[in-house]
Amino acid sequence: MKNQQSNLATFNSIPNQIKIRNFRERIIAISLFACGVFSILVTIGIIVTLFTEAIAFFFRPEVDIVTFFTGTNWRPLASKISPENFGVRPLIRGTMLIAVISGAIAIPLGLGSAIFLSEYASDKLRSVLKPLLELLAGIPTVVYGYFALSFITPILKQVLEDGLGIKVSFFNAFSAAVVVGIMIIPIVASISEDAMRAVPRSLREGAYALGATRFEVSTKVVVPAALSGIISAFIIGISRAVGETMAVTIAAGATPRMTLNPLDSVQTMTSFIVQVSFGDAPAGSINGQSIFAVGATLFVMTFVMNVVSAVILKRFREVYD
Amino acid sequence: MQKQYTLSKSKEIYKDNISSRNRAEKIFNILLLFSVLFGLLMLTVLLIDIAVEGFSWVRPELFENYHSRKPENAGMKSAIAGSLIVIGLTGLFSFPIGVGAAIYLEEYASQNKLTAFINLNINNLAGVPSIVYGMLGLVVFGRMFGIFREGSWLVEFLNLPIQSGTTGGLKFNLLGIPWLEMQIPFGRSMVAGALTMTLLILPVVIIAAREAIRAVPPSIREGGYALGTTKWHVIKTLVLPIAFPGILTGMILSLSRAIGETAPLIIMGAFTYVPFLPNSVWDQFTVIPIQIYNWITLPQTEYRVHLAAAGIIVLLLILFFLNGIAIYLRKKFEIKW
Amino acid sequence: MVNNMTFTSNIQSYSINFNEDVTILDAKQLNISYSGKLVVEDFNLKIPKNKITALIGPSGCGKSTIIRSFNRMNDIISGFKLDGEIVYKGKNIYSSFEDPVKIRRQIGMVFQKPNPFPKSIFENVAFGAKINNYQGNLSDLVEYSLIQAALWDEVKDKLNESAYALSGGQQQRLCIARAIAVSPDILLMDEPASALDPIATLKIEELMWELKEKYTIVVVTHNMQQASRVSDYTAFMSLDREQIDARIGVLIEFDETTRLFTRPKLKETEDYISGRFG
Repeated sequence: MKNQQSNLATFNSIPNQIKIRNFRERIIAISLFACGVFSILVTIGIIVTLFTEAIAFFFRPEVDIVTFFTGTNWRPLASKISPENFGVRPLIRGTMLIAVISGAIAIPLGLGSAIFLSEYASDKLRSVLKPLLELLAGIPTVVYGYFALSFITPILKQVLEDGLGIKVSFFNAFSAAVVVGIMIIPIVASISEDAMRAVPRSLREGAYALGATRFEVSTKVVVPAALSGIISAFIIGISRAVGETMAVTIAAGATPRMTLNPLDSVQTMTSFIVQVSFGDAPAGSINGQSIFAVGATLFVMTFVMNVVSAVILKRFREVYD
Repeated sequence: MQKQYTLSKSKEIYKDNISSRNRAEKIFNILLLFSVLFGLLMLTVLLIDIAVEGFSWVRPELFENYHSRKPENAGMKSAIAGSLIVIGLTGLFSFPIGVGAAIYLEEYASQNKLTAFINLNINNLAGVPSIVYGMLGLVVFGRMFGIFREGSWLVEFLNLPIQSGTTGGLKFNLLGIPWLEMQIPFGRSMVAGALTMTLLILPVVIIAAREAIRAVPPSIREGGYALGTTKWHVIKTLVLPIAFPGILTGMILSLSRAIGETAPLIIMGAFTYVPFLPNSVWDQFTVIPIQIYNWITLPQTEYRVHLAAAGIIVLLLILFFLNGIAIYLRKKFEIKW
Repeated sequence: MVNNMTFTSNIQSYSINFNEDVTILDAKQLNISYSGKLVVEDFNLKIPKNKITALIGPSGCGKSTIIRSFNRMNDIISGFKLDGEIVYKGKNIYSSFEDPVKIRRQIGMVFQKPNPFPKSIFENVAFGAKINNYQGNLSDLVEYSLIQAALWDEVKDKLNESAYALSGGQQQRLCIARAIAVSPDILLMDEPASALDPIATLKIEELMWELKEKYTIVVVTHNMQQASRVSDYTAFMSLDREQIDARIGVLIEFDETTRLFTRPKLKETEDYISGRFG
């Protein structure tokens, strides 16, 4: 009888163990789920933060939202505060000037590197060159800013001013654009190369069999076949350039102006935000809020570019059958 | 009705342009090689420039002194301390959330719309400019939307003992324990900075951790289940130990990126001039890249050329060291299936 | 052709040899290895002009390697090494003076799985011509090539559509049109119908018969019935029986197709044909 009883006792306690275990599993699963959903919270946080402050900014009597997006004057520190002082276009112009020039540098060099790594380099060479290229992306942006001021700008001045008599501002968009271009080469190269390596070998063989040189196979078959990925890479590169802060803050200047001359000093959206943050503007002040309006504009621009890039990648992805 | 085809297999129709095509090939090869080497060339020039300008200024003063108006006495002691503490806290915060999210997405989540949305979301966050995270940190952690300011609805409602002044806020001891002092809102403290950086590197941590978990073969899990144990037990005892080196490597690489970040910390309120070492994580702070930036903007060449370069050397050495550890760990624990 | 043939025979292999004037491609003493591992040993074969020569044998005996060596396609595989000579138009195509790019225009190839480019049908056929600086009228060339490939009627109204809109069999005929558009002398076909359904396969075989008039065809095939249907001459390759573990491919028998299939000279050939192995 005793044995039966103890067996019964153990038998009855098992469901409790299982219950506790299942309860613990539940808690863990819920916590992990919370971690997963956390990222959505972050996005919501970004949107709420930027847009509530931006909207508060636009509701101020000194600011008019239409002038903000159409005006070409950005003088937040002028003595007379009026809507005419808050036109964001010079900042956008500065940002885009640098982004476009850096793109003009990074896109050909990035694509060229990708073609080399994908079509020409042996596996051994690739395993050496690829990490070296990634190094470029790992250098902190302040270092690039330093490089722009200490190396690029003096050379620029020497070549253009002393050599050709063209005036070069000490702080100018071009120097910043050069280092930003160097900075984004790895990302353009990496995404383009992935796209090109996805092109099946049979396509290349078909072209070689027709008597094509490697150059022709790369440019007339592989690149067109990987085009959606390559374009996506370009857009992502430019998006990174738009969001870049420290290199342009250091090297490009703090003068918002509607110029197309890359040798002028300009101010980008990002460097304006940095400038205000150094000034310790109080939380509710007009400058303190203006950075959110500019930040929201920046966020929307990069967001749109990233979305377009992803859509191009997905929608137009070539099916190689 | 047949068209007359005068096509013949003769060489006249095909003007053999082999030589010009081969010439084009050679030129193209050179251009391609140039593309790859250009960036590396610039990198080399950059490193040489910094080494030349900064090497002699990497002296004990750099590590023992605070920033000073006299270049000979200037150092970045507070910046180094700030960087180390902020990065440490960032690692502490981002590890559980990042790895937790990765485990959830790889092991628990089913293929539904919510999961697809989360994936999309993470990829998007990875592409948001770092400065935006700074603004997020400023409002959410630094100011906490201003609800702890004098006169706000929460303060009135709960009658909170707010300290007046520009910083305002609430200081209290967590659970009454004297060492667990807390400060709300987090203001311009290292806690706020670390939380900001956590959000910044979180997408990268998640992506790296996911890859490491995904690399564990399904057969391992199946073996565990077959022995009769729960899901979490399988993950904890079988999957994670195998994925751990990859997760750790990803973590270290993310942190090394965080060390070099400047803009988000400037925006959320890190200082440029901090003439003291921090006493607690609630203190104000500066970090190495901000110190470097500060020196770059000063007019004297000792600062903007030499000290800045010296600071960069220190920063790059730290990065080199961290990346080296990451690569070493990856190689050491690499399991060849 | 009988007067133009001699033959060589030993206990290991049997091979007919064509005279110079009817030989278009002459493989001499080929020893082929990949990264140091020998895969084909002492291979000799003379390919006759304007005939269909089939290359048959079990998998892994080097048939694809041989046919890809004929147009130097194996050059793009790292570790590839060929000892011996392949003589075409009086020159060894593997000599360092010869440009593989030029050779590949003259010796064309069609692959096992159809591989049209992600371009329009027109662009696919015109591709080779454009690269090689074709001087004549491209539309005429495309039309003519598609007619020769027995595809014109099916695609003449949709030349600008993507090549991927075609069925598998049509895509393969497109690849054939693309290959013959550059007017090669020889057309190499590496199992051209193995990825296709029986009806499409039949069409390809009929096409091969028609193309024989203008081109020399060398076709690798797994399908013995196909080889016996389609080819004039058949070469049978297998693994060297002396070194079975080393998996080295050798030529066992090369003869007129009818003779090879009805009265094979070597036992190995007979075993393979009757299905006893491979």
